[in-house]
Amino acid sequence: MTMREAFIRTVNEGIENDPRVTVVTAVISSSNFPQENERVVDVGIREQTMVGVASGLALAGLRPVVHSYAPFLVERPYEQIKLDIGHQDVGAVFVSIGASYDDPVWGRTHQSPGDVALFDTLPGWTVHVPGHPDEVTPLLRQALKDDNRVYVRLSLHENTQAYPVGEGFTALRHGKRGVVLAVGPMLDRVLKAVDSENADLTVLYASTIRPFDSDGLRKAVQETDHADVMVVEPYLEGTSAHLISDSLQLIPHRVRCIGVKRHAELRNYGTAEDHDAAHDLDVVGLGSAVRSFFRG
Amino acid sequence: MTGDEKHEWAAASTIDVLWVLYDRVLNVTPATVDDPGRDRFLLSKGHGPMAYYAVLAEKGFIEESILDDWTSWDSPLGQHPDRMLVRGVEISSGSLGHGLPIAVGTAIGQRIAKSQGRTFVLVGDGELDEGSNHEAIAVAARLGVANLTAVVIDNDNSMHGWPGGIARRFAVEGWQTAEIDGRDHEAIFTALTAPHDRPLAVVAKIEKSC
Repeated sequence: MTMREAFIRTVNEGIENDPRVTVVTAVISSSNFPQENERVVDVGIREQTMVGVASGLALAGLRPVVHSYAPFLVERPYEQIKLDIGHQDVGAVFVSIGASYDDPVWGRTHQSPGDVALFDTLPGWTVHVPGHPDEVTPLLRQALKDDNRVYVRLSLHENTQAYPVGEGFTALRHGKRGVVLAVGPMLDRVLKAVDSENADLTVLYASTIRPFDSDGLRKAVQETDHADVMVVEPYLEGTSAHLISDSLQLIPHRVRCIGVKRHAELRNYGTAEDHDAAHDLDVVGLGSAVRSFFRG
Repeated sequence: MTGDEKHEWAAASTIDVLWVLYDRVLNVTPATVDDPGRDRFLLSKGHGPMAYYAVLAEKGFIEESILDDWTSWDSPLGQHPDRMLVRGVEISSGSLGHGLPIAVGTAIGQRIAKSQGRTFVLVGDGELDEGSNHEAIAVAARLGVANLTAVVIDNDNSMHGWPGGIARRFAVEGWQTAEIDGRDHEAIFTALTAPHDRPLAVVAKIEKSC
């Protein structure tokens, strides 16, 4: 089962069992939800109205799930997210597919490396970046029960194993040379890179990156001999840099942020693996980063 | 009044429709602002809320005394209304083109809840320039959102105009439409209370007098 399939199954369960749950789509994935149900609304290819309608449903006391491909869910109706959801002070569950470059043959129009950074400009959003389909289900079930603002970023890329969700960062390795924080689908590659370099590092895993587990990071750093922190995110590099700085403001520290590079738009198609290599997000690139940053 | 400053005219143009709505049409009072069965009025054209605040004060939703120092630091009343600060205000608005899509959502929400409540949304003819409205106009009719009424205040503010008239934009998508004199209280009342089994658009024409 893919993350998308886990999402569809969980939301359909919600529609069946919870009279608050509603779904608003703009064609993408709409055939996976029961269109005959009055709580399932497809608005056609109209993303601004998709978010506006979700706002109205939330104002009427319902729990809308809003879903599309990441650039059309987050970037195109960004002002609707800011005003219709945030400024109205209502909640909703936004679920995207496509991630930074899940399908690079479709080009730049279908890539959304900046989605989490955009949510970071708005207060009060929880952001989940699951790394496995079995993490999607519990994260979404909780989100459907709550009233808050939630973004769930699904991807075709996943780790071989799921980890428990909702408890802050999970320490998977303990080392003395520093800390690596791996977000969502980056985990397997981070573990391989750390192994390949024989690096004595603590590896933290996050399937929830907002709120940011500052206490968990500080604790991990204090248990090492060096306050050196590398964060590996599957979206725009440095997206979490400000929160790492905040968390460690009383501890002299070094930070290295890894993610989708900001310096240029790659006008290349190819595979997601090609793009990982171009952004140094493959095992080779990550190994090299680990080697250079945690030197000495 | 022309050009960039549209706030004062917005207040002047909406006062009659707002008064008739709150005085004779909307099933909402200060006691029922949280009642799920209430009618909801969404001021999409958040520009020029002075008339809106005045009507809310007259009807007892807000204290008249707070009108005097509006837009000051700790006043709940700004140049654009904030639903979290003003009791009875259904949406925070100001940026154009948001109210109508939200209204489609509240109306569907009322339908899901089997509520008797209706949604009324006020937009301006200049505001209709925003493409988001046209997404919502199309989808409201296609989804059969019959408990929705849009009032368009037409004071000829749109930069490039609407050839053939605004009502046609709604009618072609399947809305019931009416065109009235936006100063004529009886005409406003009759149009807003007309029976409709599909969304209703009432175009209230306002002649500029200066």
